Amino acid sequence: MTASTTDDQDQGEREKGKRTSSGPDLPCTSIRLDTTAEDHHIARMAAVALGLTILESAIPSPLPGVKPGLANIVTLIVLARYGWRTAAWVSLLRVVAGSLLFGNFLAPGFFLSLSGAVLSLLALACAQHLPTRWFGPVSHSIYAAFAHITGQMLVVYLWLIPHAGIAYLIPIFATAALVFGTVNGLVAARFMDNAEIPDNKPIENPT
Amino acid sequence: MLASAIQHIKPGDWLTLLLGSLFVAMLASSLWSGDLADKAIIRSGGKIFREAPLSRDQQIDVPGRLGISVVSIKQHKARIASDPSPRQYCVRQGWLQQAGEIALCLPNQVSIELVGSRKKYDSLNY
Repeated sequence: MTASTTDDQDQGEREKGKRTSSGPDLPCTSIRLDTTAEDHHIARMAAVALGLTILESAIPSPLPGVKPGLANIVTLIVLARYGWRTAAWVSLLRVVAGSLLFGNFLAPGFFLSLSGAVLSLLALACAQHLPTRWFGPVSHSIYAAFAHITGQMLVVYLWLIPHAGIAYLIPIFATAALVFGTVNGLVAARFMDNAEIPDNKPIENPT
Repeated sequence: MLASAIQHIKPGDWLTLLLGSLFVAMLASSLWSGDLADKAIIRSGGKIFREAPLSRDQQIDVPGRLGISVVSIKQHKARIASDPSPRQYCVRQGWLQQAGEIALCLPNQVSIELVGSRKKYDSLNY
């Protein structure tokens, strides 16, 4: 019975670090997690990414594994606006929460997503240091897409199908990564054009 | 819409696109290039019956456990033309052209394996 309303949560934001029980009439102790505005923001972004993941699962695919990866648009925007740490939170939360929703938590599909997400984030950690004058979200997206497919193929080869035959599929996956990476990058760049600049943080690469 | 999309691509992005395309092309050419075979190794009962070059068209009768399998070589390709095995898997496999391809007639214990100038692996176990 932790009836914590949004008012409570906002209070919790202000009184950070202070544990408040939810009511004097309850003898049992209730555990409250103090959340910050940043946590709420990350959760909102992850929810958007999650929505895109679910939307995407409705799109039929000719080959398992060839997916547009629409949720990465959110990761790209978050990376450009709020930095790598926030992007990592959003991306990994999306993977874990998505697997809970689809019911494949700790199943092979989950580890495929996870390895892809982790390697993309590593690629983005390097790619974000490219000079923003010359390189935009399109480059970030393409590098992340290639890293994503690399991570997935590693898991497939080292764990699921340890057979050299999957090498025949790599060019197909790489082509898909290039195409969808470019498209996602363009969509992310377009979104960052339209949305107004948030007042708390300056936009890092004005296009 | 295309024009507005292109203006979002910065010079470095074009470079990334170019590198990515080259990378994909390189992957495809290296992973999808089957070496053309130039020799067929015909085995019967586990022993090498004959090694036939693919450059010369010929028909070879190979005695096996059940009877005679006919291997035919034509235009740098090889196949098992007929075989006494009941399910005819090796015959239905059709023409073999690339190095590493194998047709096995298990009941008759006859097989053909195509090899190129360099062998990709030493042996295969099933």
